[in-house]
Amino acid sequence: MYEILWHGRGGQGAFTAAKLLSAAWTFKADENKALAFPSFGPERRGAPVRAFSRLGSGSLGDRSQIKKADYVVFLDDTLFDEQAYEELKENGKIILCTKEKVNDDRVLCIDGQKIALDILKRPITNTVVLGALLKVFNAIKIEDLKPAVQKLMSPKIADINLEAIRFAYEEEV
Amino acid sequence: MTKEFLSGNEAFAYGVKLSRPHVISAYPITPQTTVVEKLATLVEKGELKADFIHVESEHSALSAAIGASAVGARTFTATSSQGLLYMAECLPYAAGGRFPIVMMNANRSTALPWNIYGDQRDSLTLLDSGWIQAYAKDAQEALDLALMSFYIAEDKRVATPVMVNLDGFTLTHTYEAVEVPSDDEAEGFLPDYETDNKLSLEEPKNMAFTAGPDTNTEFKYKEHLGVLAARDVISECEGRFEEYFGRKYTGLVEQYRTEDAEYIVITLGTLYKSVCECVDKLRDRNRKVGCLRLRYLRPFPKTELIEALKGVKAVGVLEKDISFGNEGTVYTNVCSALQQSSFNQPCSNYIAGLGGRDVPLSDIEEIFEDLEREQNGVHFVGLEE
Repeated sequence: MYEILWHGRGGQGAFTAAKLLSAAWTFKADENKALAFPSFGPERRGAPVRAFSRLGSGSLGDRSQIKKADYVVFLDDTLFDEQAYEELKENGKIILCTKEKVNDDRVLCIDGQKIALDILKRPITNTVVLGALLKVFNAIKIEDLKPAVQKLMSPKIADINLEAIRFAYEEEV
Repeated sequence: MTKEFLSGNEAFAYGVKLSRPHVISAYPITPQTTVVEKLATLVEKGELKADFIHVESEHSALSAAIGASAVGARTFTATSSQGLLYMAECLPYAAGGRFPIVMMNANRSTALPWNIYGDQRDSLTLLDSGWIQAYAKDAQEALDLALMSFYIAEDKRVATPVMVNLDGFTLTHTYEAVEVPSDDEAEGFLPDYETDNKLSLEEPKNMAFTAGPDTNTEFKYKEHLGVLAARDVISECEGRFEEYFGRKYTGLVEQYRTEDAEYIVITLGTLYKSVCECVDKLRDRNRKVGCLRLRYLRPFPKTELIEALKGVKAVGVLEKDISFGNEGTVYTNVCSALQQSSFNQPCSNYIAGLGGRDVPLSDIEEIFEDLEREQNGVHFVGLEE
């Protein structure tokens, strides 16, 4: 089982990224099961939100929130602090969207905003960071995301987001 | 049939669409809102040919549904929590009038304190309203129950409205893969609604009338028989469902590794799969544990429970509900069934998940440990005093 914990602010698309990843896993093979859910509650733009992707095979019963994850993803570096390491399983990785550098082997930094502005022409970093996640999370390949993106995103933005995902995936860190 | 990645609410909305309702009347309330939004969109796009009545309250939503059902229309409504309570006056009207309305209820806490999150106090408060009550475990079952509910409700032996309950957020807002049947497949499964219980200019009749002391008992007895008749109809319906869609359902209860189990946790809704996961873990440690899910609370699966719990050392009932001053309502119902059998083992009650509190697997593991200590009574899981 893989557990991915997403941190973002309302409007940044953390839950959409969680859904895309879980959907990609589900569409990849018949025996694959996945859940995607947000931290429940009223939706407020700018407020810290969490989202969860739980991927496995066979029955996937546990619908409770993920406390320790294989990957913890931050779409916004103002939400990142030392506490983040507490949420990591052993050998877990943090994917951090930031212009800064963090000197820790467990953290992969990506300047998602720059890529998002270049490709999507707006500072929405969720799909960019999803592409960066796939650099370290090998169970899902970049082509596995295509059916999920095409099903869950509107045709107007699907292709450009696939491009953003690929760009971030191929970007040197 | 296509494989989609949907929330429980979206899956249910597709189930309703495939059931071809004539009338939908609803008022939005969290966490039900997205099911009626989805249906409104489908109607607006012309993908579902139904009249969507935007009413000013839940009381009106069910009143309008009763009116529509009384002219022979297939009718759907949906609500949650305070909305369901506001509808409460109309619930026995629909049941007593034998109008086979289907309602989706998103299980949510009741005020005060104000809380929009999931628990089961809303629907369990209305267990005695005359409606059949089903509880879904995941988004696939939510879609399937939408289709099956119309079949069950509209069967002439039953002629009773059905309330399908989805755990607020943990089911309504959680996304997972769902197989969505095509319109043609669903049309074969669910025939058009035909009834004599309707207003008709050709055959005028008196409906929604008064019944005094001389006949009231007989009407109420027939209503009781209607809900009881659902036992057989649910079984027939599930057989037919399997023929059409290949998915198998197991009647009023579902069991997991209970054959030789010494300790069984009984629960409902999405908690079932959590308990099953815990059962697998404990079985790996050679503990003889199992889980039983109440898929329906009305009709109540009395005989199934008694049969399943033979030879068990202790039983726990895990529910997101408390009947203040007594115990959990599901527990009361389970104990009443067991009292009518030779069962005399400890049976304890675990109240969890109130107001949306997370129920992690560690809590469920503790419940199984607690059962081995043979405690009776009511326990609040994770209570901080």
